[in-house]
Amino acid sequence: MADVAHAGGAPVGGLPERATVYWRKRVGDESLRRVGRWWTFTTVVHTVPFILAAVALGVLEPVTIPVALALLAHAWAIPELYAARGAAVLRPRLPAGAVPERRALLLLGDLVDDRSRGLHAATGLVLERGQLGCWLVGQAGAVLVRHGERRAYCYCVKASASDLPAGDRIAHLLLALRCDERDFATVANLAFCGAPWRLRRRLRPSQREALNAALEVF
Amino acid sequence: MSRLIRLDETGHTTLAEWSADDPRGFEQAVVVFREELDRGYFGIASLRDGTAEQISELPLDAPTVIMRRPIAGG
Repeated sequence: MADVAHAGGAPVGGLPERATVYWRKRVGDESLRRVGRWWTFTTVVHTVPFILAAVALGVLEPVTIPVALALLAHAWAIPELYAARGAAVLRPRLPAGAVPERRALLLLGDLVDDRSRGLHAATGLVLERGQLGCWLVGQAGAVLVRHGERRAYCYCVKASASDLPAGDRIAHLLLALRCDERDFATVANLAFCGAPWRLRRRLRPSQREALNAALEVF
Repeated sequence: MSRLIRLDETGHTTLAEWSADDPRGFEQAVVVFREELDRGYFGIASLRDGTAEQISELPLDAPTVIMRRPIAGG
C-alpha cells in the first residue's frame, strides 16, 4: 500500500458498509472461533436428542422402530439442510449478455493471479488468501476456510446492483475483501459454519475442486 | 498510465486515464471520481501487490482505481 501517493486525502480505512451493520461486533479470530464452537454446539443440540430418542424407542419398544428411523432421519437431515444453505452462497446466478460477461472477465482476470484465473475458469470461483484464512469468492457469497480449524464459514453477501455480469459480482466481493476482510465478514451474513466435508457434498462437482484447493493451501 | 474504472452492467467502463506527469488529465479524473462518489459508488485503489484500499480521494499514482457498488449481506 505504500506505493500509493494520495492526492489530498487519506485512505478511508475499512469498508463503509460496516456502518449499515453497526450493531455487529467486528469479526476477528476469536469471534470466528466462538461462532464455530457455537455452530458445533447447536448442531449437537439439534441432532443428539433425536438420536437418543431413536435409540430409546428402539430398545424399550421395538414396535416403534419405524418412528425411531424417522427420528434418525431428522437427525441426519437437519445438518444437511444447514450445509445446503451454506453451499447456496456459491451458487451461480443467471448470466448477463455475452459481451458484458466477457468484459467483466477481462477485468477480473487482471485482478487475480494465474492460479486463481485457472481455478475460476474451471469452477467459477476465485481463491483468495487472507489473514483470517483462505476465501472462495463466488457471485453472491464467499466461503472462508480457516487455518487449523478445518471449518468452513459460508457467508451470503453480494453487490447491491442486480444487473451486473458474473465477473463483476465476484470483482465487487473480491475488492471489498481485499480492502478489509474483517469488515467484509462483519457485513456478510453467516449462512453456515461446519465441517468442509459436509459442505463439499452439497456443492456442485466443479466447485468441490475449488474447496479442495482452499483446503490444500494449509 | 493509471485508469479509473467503473464496474457496471457493461462489464466495466473506463472513465478516465492519467499519468503522474499529466496534471490536467488527473484533474479531470478527480472530477469524474467525485461524480461517481456522489452517485453512490465507492472508490477502491487496486494496488500492484494484490491488495486494495478503500479511498475517498483519487490517488495520483495508483495503477487502477475501481468504482464499485456497496455490498450487503444477502
